[in-house]
Amino acid sequence: MNYHLNHLRELEAESIFVIREVAAQFENPVILFSGGKDSILLTWLAKKAFHPARIPFPIMHIDTGHNFPETIAYRDAWVQELGVKLVVASVQEAIDQGMVQEEKGYNASRNGLQTAALLHAIEKHKFDVALGGGRRDEEKARAKERFFSHRDEFGQWDPKNQRPELWNLFNGKKHIGEHFRVFPISNWTELDVWQYLASEQVSLPNLYFSHRRLCFQRDGVIMAMSDFINLKPHEQTLEMIVRFRTIGDMTCTGAVLSNAANLDDVIAEVATSRITERGGRSDDKRSETSMEDRKKQGYF
Amino acid sequence: MHQIIEKFTKQKTDADLLRFTTAGSVDDGKSTLIGRLLYDSKAIFEDQLDAVRAATERRGEEGINLALLTDGLRAEREQGITIDVAYRYFATPKRKFIIADTPGHIQYTRNMVTGASTANVALILIDARHGVVEQTRRHAIIASLLQIPHLVVCINKMDLVEYSEATYETIKDEFYHFCSKLDIKDVHFIPISALNGDNVVEKSEQMLWYGGTTLMYYLENVHIGSDHNLIDCRFPVQYVIRPNTDAFHDYRGYAGRIAGGVFKKGDTVMVMPSGFTSKIRQINTFEGEIEEAFPPMSVTLLLEDDLDISRGDMLVRENNVPESAQDVDVMLCWFNEKPLLPSKKYLVLHTSREVRCMIKDIRYKLDINTLHRNLEDREIRMNDIARVQMRTTQPLFCDPYRRNRITGSIILVDEGTHETVAAGMII
Repeated sequence: MNYHLNHLRELEAESIFVIREVAAQFENPVILFSGGKDSILLTWLAKKAFHPARIPFPIMHIDTGHNFPETIAYRDAWVQELGVKLVVASVQEAIDQGMVQEEKGYNASRNGLQTAALLHAIEKHKFDVALGGGRRDEEKARAKERFFSHRDEFGQWDPKNQRPELWNLFNGKKHIGEHFRVFPISNWTELDVWQYLASEQVSLPNLYFSHRRLCFQRDGVIMAMSDFINLKPHEQTLEMIVRFRTIGDMTCTGAVLSNAANLDDVIAEVATSRITERGGRSDDKRSETSMEDRKKQGYF
Repeated sequence: MHQIIEKFTKQKTDADLLRFTTAGSVDDGKSTLIGRLLYDSKAIFEDQLDAVRAATERRGEEGINLALLTDGLRAEREQGITIDVAYRYFATPKRKFIIADTPGHIQYTRNMVTGASTANVALILIDARHGVVEQTRRHAIIASLLQIPHLVVCINKMDLVEYSEATYETIKDEFYHFCSKLDIKDVHFIPISALNGDNVVEKSEQMLWYGGTTLMYYLENVHIGSDHNLIDCRFPVQYVIRPNTDAFHDYRGYAGRIAGGVFKKGDTVMVMPSGFTSKIRQINTFEGEIEEAFPPMSVTLLLEDDLDISRGDMLVRENNVPESAQDVDVMLCWFNEKPLLPSKKYLVLHTSREVRCMIKDIRYKLDINTLHRNLEDREIRMNDIARVQMRTTQPLFCDPYRRNRITGSIILVDEGTHETVAAGMII
């Protein structure tokens, strides 16, 4: 007998360990769910971690009101399949209550506003830990992120003062009012996620596969046309064959021209791609350290 | 296209995962080397390279500053230094790699220790012009203390010493001489030029006298199959699964990750601390029942008998038990700005167990550059490494760190601030 795990099984074992550690160390956890492949993977691993019991935490979606309709449909079906409770935190409500101000202009996005809605929901529901699908290979500030990441009473991340994390010993100690963000799939790369989801035959939103869609181009990025978009005078819409590599808001998620119609095609495309998956995310392009700046304030 | 799919489907079944750590300062070429490994394995993307190129230009520097790829935090980019551990990923068809990239300066010893804690391989860089320096010794000592199973020493900047075999041999001898005092099992030397790519991925045309492998070949082929302890059965209970549904009414599963040995269905196991024994009725995973489980698998064990078992307990074999101790000797690395207070109580996290402790005795402080044991200075400050004796409120079920990195390691937590103030290796 060869006592050896391949890399995907080893990553899976590590993630399951981290998810169970959350259940053991915290009182009131919640899983953040965006409808993207990483949060689908995270919930899939959580299902495995507690099998045959149900996932012992609710799932929370921060609803910007600018979602792809496909995301909402997938979310509702997925929650039903898992048999877990869904909590929706609405950015629209936060705007209506005057907690945040809507951005103006052509590139207006509710991406940044999600932070306020998220922190408000964490406080309201008294969640002491939020599990997220962040990965270290996504972005340079995320590369410095811990599995167990401490947030102060304002929900802020202090990247220069993080707790050292060694072996598989995770320190989730905190004062009242503080909380944690936990990232069980920290060590997965984009390709790992696709290979694993393919081998596990997890069903995914069709946004990830090539389809015909009305699009337009802005700053070199292909965007989906929707009611949330104000076209500039010279911009024109065009039908294209596209798919999405990440799924965020309709206002900030870029599409790629692609004929990848199934998971094998997607894996082949990812394996040969020379552009990062977040290359189409205008929210990351606002400055050199925009992810770090948002994370310090309490972003995912 | 078809070939690529085949290549990655192949990787899916037999590629394994290798974690390695590097440490280094600004000048020794560490960033260049990592940049090259990432670039040559196509783990750097064009938009990342464009962003780094633009950022380099904005700073008025020339060329491409690859350090900007790994130094992601604003403070690091401003100061041009690596502060924290950064994790980087790349893959070849043979293996997936995780690099824990750490700063090399003595004030970041704690970060080096952190990066080293999970590594299979330590990559040590030596500047061929300078030979073995203080920093080299420090990295090797940390690798030895943290029991990283394999050490690969890259003698870099060979292009600046005219690719001289004599220089390489001198440095190699010097390092061998020094590391004979350390507890290092497996050392490998490679002469490279990270800048020109000699012996990194491609064999060097300039050093035909070198008959060994390239760094990439080494990383792809070093044997890590025996890095886990497969002998001493250790299962720290992490969480108890109780579905409370009609279908699984009496289900009581002990969830956890195998920390050592191979557990088989039907094995008699003993519970620590209670001492009760039972048989393994089932080893469960989401995919169904399996016959045996080994490190680092996460599984759920079901026993024949209904025993009182909870988080913090450990399942072992009757004839091979860990030490159950309240007086534990530990090699401690101090992480916190506030020095160790011997009279203070600290929380100890060990496997899934949590107890409190006091440091009873500081036996000596270790000079991390020379291995000298300092018996006089007993004040343990940030980045110090010291051998101490601690007394715990409850017993720990532990093995020497040399024997098992999971059951042999602890962290200390300050009960007031909740910060992780130290990491320890049980002796």
